[in-house]
Amino acid sequence: MTAMRRFLPGWLSSYATLYILFLYLPVIFLPIFSINTAATPKFPLSGITLHWYEDLPKTPALIDATWNSLLVGISASILSTVLGILAARSITRYRYPGRRTINGLIMAPLVLPEVIVAISMLLVMLQLGLSLSLFTVVLGHVLVCIPYSMTVLTSGFEGFDRSLEEASADLGESAFGTFRRVTLPMVAPAIISSLLVCFTISLDEFIIAFFLTGTEATLPIYIWGQLRFAAKLPGVLALGTLLLLASFVLMTIAEILRRRAARRTQNEGGLHA
Amino acid sequence: MLERVQSERIQSERTMIEIRDVTRSYGSFKALDNASLAIREGEFFSLLGPSGCGKTTLLRMIAGFDTPTSGSIAVDGQPMDGIPANRRPTNMVFQSYAIFPHLNVEQNVAYGLKRLKLQGGEEKRRVEEALAQVSLTGLGKRRATELSGGQRQRVALARALVMRPKVLLLDEPLSALDKKLREQMQVELRRLQQAVGITFVLVTHDQYEALAMSDRIAVMFGGRIAQVASPKEIYQRPVNRQVADFLGGMNFVKAEIVEENGASLVLDTLGFGRVRTDKPKAFMRNGGAATLGIRPERLRVLWDNASAKFEVAGKVVERHYFGEITHLIVEIPGLEKPLSVTETNDFGADDIPVGAPIRLAYDPEALVAMAD
Repeated sequence: MTAMRRFLPGWLSSYATLYILFLYLPVIFLPIFSINTAATPKFPLSGITLHWYEDLPKTPALIDATWNSLLVGISASILSTVLGILAARSITRYRYPGRRTINGLIMAPLVLPEVIVAISMLLVMLQLGLSLSLFTVVLGHVLVCIPYSMTVLTSGFEGFDRSLEEASADLGESAFGTFRRVTLPMVAPAIISSLLVCFTISLDEFIIAFFLTGTEATLPIYIWGQLRFAAKLPGVLALGTLLLLASFVLMTIAEILRRRAARRTQNEGGLHA
Repeated sequence: MLERVQSERIQSERTMIEIRDVTRSYGSFKALDNASLAIREGEFFSLLGPSGCGKTTLLRMIAGFDTPTSGSIAVDGQPMDGIPANRRPTNMVFQSYAIFPHLNVEQNVAYGLKRLKLQGGEEKRRVEEALAQVSLTGLGKRRATELSGGQRQRVALARALVMRPKVLLLDEPLSALDKKLREQMQVELRRLQQAVGITFVLVTHDQYEALAMSDRIAVMFGGRIAQVASPKEIYQRPVNRQVADFLGGMNFVKAEIVEENGASLVLDTLGFGRVRTDKPKAFMRNGGAATLGIRPERLRVLWDNASAKFEVAGKVVERHYFGEITHLIVEIPGLEKPLSVTETNDFGADDIPVGAPIRLAYDPEALVAMAD
């Protein structure tokens, strides 16, 4: 036992270091090669430049793809958050038969192979006679975003003390007034968090967009297209770095808000005297 | 004593809450079974009972959060049928306090006033006044999450009182507090009720809380109201064994009814012999058997050669020391269960050896007859 105890800490910390390295090495390579003067990603770096970043706004196709991605991301995040609010409220607030099953079915797309989901969605769209456009991409993204939206929102709604709404009614407020003055401000952080998470997922999502988009490319699809040209690689790396940064910032804000929402609804009760 | 006199002055005979034949069923389960009750204006009234006795259900129906399956509730003469919680002249202090965590103390207290659109600083004045009533002056800007349990409770009180309700409903408001704070708040709540003169309806499972604060108590079991009376009467003249048992300790002695007339009962008991007692108002004879009760503190130890007109003799079988009092278990020949006796330690009750013979004096006034 004592030998184990002496051996473990050293072993554990090197294991942890390797673990983190494995996770983040690719992420570190991206920004490093995006400031390399040479077009080929190879060490040692031939020089440092922000040239590739400066070129980004000068590419019209990229600007178009960015707008498309923003449009899809905003639409998908709003839609899936609204649907998520309804489902999360119902699942956390009421007890009814089939509640768990419904929850499971809503969460399922999280573990379904995305290629299969994308192909099935394509089949459905075609059956419905919808022509492929950014609209179909939005629908696809709503499908993959809802489980994430649900996760964030249920953790914000869970433990919402019902007596808060009763207290509001007791003090003379109407049902709508209660929603506006109590429910909404309490769950607002969770809602914003869900919007940010969904937006980030939509912004980075490739497979579904690839299958469901028509002629308009989103950012990941644009990047995919650029990869055919070796000379364009540094530009893609620069763009990728920016996307990574945006995702990281958005997810951090989302997580902070989610925790705040969970704390708000859960530390009720006044038991800590 | 002074407070008691004051309370009787404020209290009127006018009925503030009238509960008539109210039943609340969930499927085949009756949470409340045909309850009728009249709560007077300005009264501190407690609904007392174990969990699941229907006391909270009744309170929530008065507040408007629940609807009677049958029967009716009226507040200040107004029938409450179909009137939602937000339009009732009642306000509630919730068990969890339900302080809005996204608002500060002042905003919490002003929550209900906002709708009234008061003019010229009236809102601010009333908030200040309510905070002063619960001794929270100066804490208005505190965030709800920065408050202690006792402070949250005061905010909940102020938030309800500021609405100047006809009735203040309190759902186990002290149960989340520690013992010392709870006892302090009991005194404060009672004092506050005297000061504002509003009808208070308190739900509690703590018999001492109910006894200490109330003008009258309704004791409830299994959805039914067992007894409605003053704390003293409930304690001294419980209507049945269940009520007696729920409020403090009670020795029960099997008795045989020998004679029954309008005002009194004559009972034959083993141990206490033949006893004449007052007949309780709600006494319902159930065959020839009855139960005689006596509180452990109404049995006094007789020292040395002292004697009393009424006494029983036995043997000490157990002794438990509780600081200011000692709890003795005394076996009496003829009784199937030994008697519990609590005696103050002034005269050395804590030194009585286990196994020693002992004589106990009692006042026949302290004997209570109960239907079986």
